Amino acid sequence: MNVATLFFYLFSGMLVGSAMMVVSARNPVHAVLFLILAFVNAAGLMLLMGAEFLAMLLVIVYVGAVAVLFLFVVMMLDVDFAELRQGFLQYLPIGAVIAAIFFVEIALVVGTWQLAPEALSMHKAAAKMPVDAMNARALGRVLYTEYVYFFQAAGLILLVAMIGAIVLTLRERPGVRRQDVMAQNARTKASAITMVSVAQGQGVTNEGVKRKDASGQGV
Amino acid sequence: MVIGLAHYLVVAAMLFTLGCFGIFVNRKNVIVILMSIELILLAVNINLVAFSTHLGDITGQIFALLVLTVAAAEAAIGLAILVVYFRNRGTIAVEDINVMKG
Repeated sequence: MNVATLFFYLFSGMLVGSAMMVVSARNPVHAVLFLILAFVNAAGLMLLMGAEFLAMLLVIVYVGAVAVLFLFVVMMLDVDFAELRQGFLQYLPIGAVIAAIFFVEIALVVGTWQLAPEALSMHKAAAKMPVDAMNARALGRVLYTEYVYFFQAAGLILLVAMIGAIVLTLRERPGVRRQDVMAQNARTKASAITMVSVAQGQGVTNEGVKRKDASGQGV
Repeated sequence: MVIGLAHYLVVAAMLFTLGCFGIFVNRKNVIVILMSIELILLAVNINLVAFSTHLGDITGQIFALLVLTVAAAEAAIGLAILVVYFRNRGTIAVEDINVMKG
């Protein structure tokens, strides 16, 4: 058993184990942390396969962004998570049956499918993996030439997601006093100051202090 | 013993199955459902990369990249919807999402 085999079993065992913990963890914060562990192990598997760029991307995008986003939301929402777990045992049998069906189906497909020995030589790769270039450079060569429209569409999807998330979560709270620069600049002496002629001996008590807002209306 | 394509496919199949299982057993908790979807997409990515490196065709990795993009966008939008829903209803239980009686 060489080192690569050892690492394959290490990474895949940790991956499957932490995925199991994600779906069965009692505390959702632990579930998110196990999700991070699963992603890191998947990145290790991709390193073993020789897709270094995607492995690093998985760590950066998933662990750095998506998992932290999950963590924020889990910690921000004040939810009674124990209550949400009540149906767990009730749905366990049907979940297990459906998962078993899925697994048997996939195992049948993977087990009975095999590559014809001459297929690899006949296979005309759309974009051959170069032997001289690094993985990232090879990926870039194809991504920015042949798949440039896909790349642009991916950027557009991210833009739409960003705008959508901002629009969904932005809210105007009533009763919050914000600085209004336009109203401040529009104030003139006439709208801000009221001249009051006070009769002798009466003081200013019954006149009070008069204020005017920007529109000139007394408050 | 050499680790081949089949080993990676089996790992991806187990991950996919666990994701589906997670959707079924956590039927009340939207956050765990979203995490299960992430697991399923990760399984798909492992499949794509395994075939890509096995066949010597880098296109699979391009598509894994696109799946990664869509997964990130989906997580962002899903969590934003979740936050808005929690703000309006004070709960995130899936069973309470029945206003439209659909």
